[in-house]
Amino acid sequence: MSNSRFTRRGLLKTSAVGTAGLAMPMFFTSQANAFTNEPTGSTVTLGFNVPQSGPYADEGADELRAFQLAVEHLNGEGDGGMLSTFSSKTLDGTGILGKKVQFVTGDTQTKSDAARASAQSMIQKDGAVMISGGSSSGVAVAVQALCQEAGVIFMAGLTHSNDTTGKDKKANGFRHFFNAYMSAAALAPVLAQLYGTDRKVYSLTADYTWGWTQQESIKAATEAMGWTTINDVRTPLAATDFSSYIAPVLNSGADVLVLNHYGGNMVNSLTNAVQFGLRDKQVNGKNFEIVVPLYSELMAKGAGKNIAGIVGSQNWDWKLENEKGARYTGTNAFVQSFGAKYGFPPSQAAQTCYAQTLLYADAVNRGKSFNPCSVVEALEGFEFDGLGNGPTLYRKDDHQCFKDVVVVRGKENPENEFDLVEIVEVTPADKVTYAPDNPMFAGGDLGACNPGA
Amino acid sequence: MDAIILQTLNGLDKGSAYALIALGLTLIFGTLGVVNFAHGALFMLGAFCAVTVSKLFQLSHKASEATGVDFMGQPKFEDVLYVKEWFGNDLGAWLIDWSVPLSILFAIPIMIGIGFIMERGLIKHFYKRPHADQILVTFGLAIVLQEVVKYFYGANPIPTPSPMAFRGSFDFGVMLGFDPNVIIYPYWRMVYFAFSLTLVGGVFAFLQFTTFGMVVRAGMADRETVGLLGINIDKRFTIMFGIAAAVAGLAGVMYTPINSPNYHMGMDFLVLSFVVVVVGGMGSLPGAVLAGFMLGILESFASLNEVKDIIPGIDQIIIYVVAIIILLTRPRGLMGRKGVMEE
Repeated sequence: MSNSRFTRRGLLKTSAVGTAGLAMPMFFTSQANAFTNEPTGSTVTLGFNVPQSGPYADEGADELRAFQLAVEHLNGEGDGGMLSTFSSKTLDGTGILGKKVQFVTGDTQTKSDAARASAQSMIQKDGAVMISGGSSSGVAVAVQALCQEAGVIFMAGLTHSNDTTGKDKKANGFRHFFNAYMSAAALAPVLAQLYGTDRKVYSLTADYTWGWTQQESIKAATEAMGWTTINDVRTPLAATDFSSYIAPVLNSGADVLVLNHYGGNMVNSLTNAVQFGLRDKQVNGKNFEIVVPLYSELMAKGAGKNIAGIVGSQNWDWKLENEKGARYTGTNAFVQSFGAKYGFPPSQAAQTCYAQTLLYADAVNRGKSFNPCSVVEALEGFEFDGLGNGPTLYRKDDHQCFKDVVVVRGKENPENEFDLVEIVEVTPADKVTYAPDNPMFAGGDLGACNPGA
Repeated sequence: MDAIILQTLNGLDKGSAYALIALGLTLIFGTLGVVNFAHGALFMLGAFCAVTVSKLFQLSHKASEATGVDFMGQPKFEDVLYVKEWFGNDLGAWLIDWSVPLSILFAIPIMIGIGFIMERGLIKHFYKRPHADQILVTFGLAIVLQEVVKYFYGANPIPTPSPMAFRGSFDFGVMLGFDPNVIIYPYWRMVYFAFSLTLVGGVFAFLQFTTFGMVVRAGMADRETVGLLGINIDKRFTIMFGIAAAVAGLAGVMYTPINSPNYHMGMDFLVLSFVVVVVGGMGSLPGAVLAGFMLGILESFASLNEVKDIIPGIDQIIIYVVAIIILLTRPRGLMGRKGVMEE
């Protein structure tokens, strides 16, 4: 005989109550925090992670200026900048979804571990719902992965490696800045036009992810038009004097030197190349030429007169609308806002950070939610205009922006310290667009968006 | 053969910078027994003396009449340089052009002053402390100094070119019987090499042929006995600290046209200079100079494509490999003295 009080009805009751009891907290939790750092008050916090110390601190300072300006404009302060020229009209100066925008900042130090730590702190302690900024691809890739895990959106700053939206792409990450492939695709036809199709290239490449992808891209693009790469030498990122790498170029038979360097490396390698008379040299019956695929106004300033006549590419230039017309509307509005507040024109790093902040805010407004998955959905395949780069697409397949690329050349006689480059050509977006399965971007998977919580 | 000659020349100017910084380091170690990790910062401060002089010569005011519009579309007023107003166009332009060599006159008293302040204000309190304490405090000082410079001058490199007369390069190959354009070497790098030899020679002559130098050398050999003779050796050592700071500073001043100076350039040289000092032999002045040039040349050769094809990455580690080999075979370094850092 059994004395058990278990009955079928009792078991069902108990199960029902138990299940409801277990589900209750989760139900309330998921309602309270549908996603990481869901803003519940009258404000929303954005996290700006830029190099505030280290060699790219000046670039980081310019990014931060642009972020501050963007926040002011979103909150209805100042002259509104590119809000009035942006093709999407959801931003009306009342913040994002009616919430006043506030921000916190982190110092990436241009070190992946430090950048991850500062981003993590902004997400966990300050409740940042979006992270943006940075001046290095290594940092961008690291922070993008962190944001994916944490369930917040990452709007990349200055990152040019193919890997950011290639093998290391993530669903929660978006890049407005152009990449190494686009630089090469934009430069190659201009180089052919300027220097001919029969050239021998010697390249010096910074030995890290950005340098490798830049070298691979420029090699493919220039060889496709007839140039030959006779040597590629990897240089340590910590190198300061490049004379011993430049010297072998003299007798290599090359008539073009490609410097796949950025920042201090670029300033020093270019300075050394000019000191060794490469710019005055004749090889194979042609003038020796130097190409710097990725330009930066701040680095051009650092290189001084050595930049004169050197061809490279940029994501944007503050003279674009004046020189190339209304297609680049938004440029002048941003330059006026930035110039009035800070007294000098913005850099391309500043423009990309400003645009990313507006794009994020607009995506939230359009999706009517701060939920990262809603933002992802709003940004994927989004076509826009009026942010200074001309018509632009945020491609769904890889979260890369496709827009025109600016080919520039160092001015021989700059009129002032802001006017260091001249625009040679603007290569249309369709000439720099590649298939999502391009081998240079292979190996990655966006995965699914992660709302966190 | 041409590549060997070219890399030897490259090594000499690299070695010049190593030798000058290492000379100052070993001078301070030999006299005061202090391991000075702020010595790279002194090299950087010297470079920024040149930047400062260059900026001073380019101080300007706005012209009274507008000559166009600026990037905002507002009236643009040209900059009028004070130096041209005061000294005339020709002399003004000459002063700006020669600002780097002229900076030497500015840098000597400034760097000696900084050396005195560093030694009297901070380092003297650490004479009797362990080397680890000295390293920590001087490394901290180096970081403070570079952050101060970054605050005032920014993080971006600042172009500081050589005088027009020394821009461009010299065709060494033709002189040696090679074809034109085979061995080309920048004029300013030759100037830097000659300058460093003169400076090294000057320091050695000062120590060798002056009474002051003789006392300092005696103090380096046996501080206590010199003190017992009634000579204030501490005062002389403080002066030597100032001189060592000036040597590092002058190396920095003349280096600015080779690579645009930035706030962390001192750190780039610091570790290598310490390796140079250790390889040369702690406290040995000729050892520091010899090791500086030797490692500079080796580093250049390791960058040759032919060498890197055999041992990939050797250019990044050659100095440390050589240091290990020398310290294994000669634990006191190339010219180290017995008893130094062996207690």
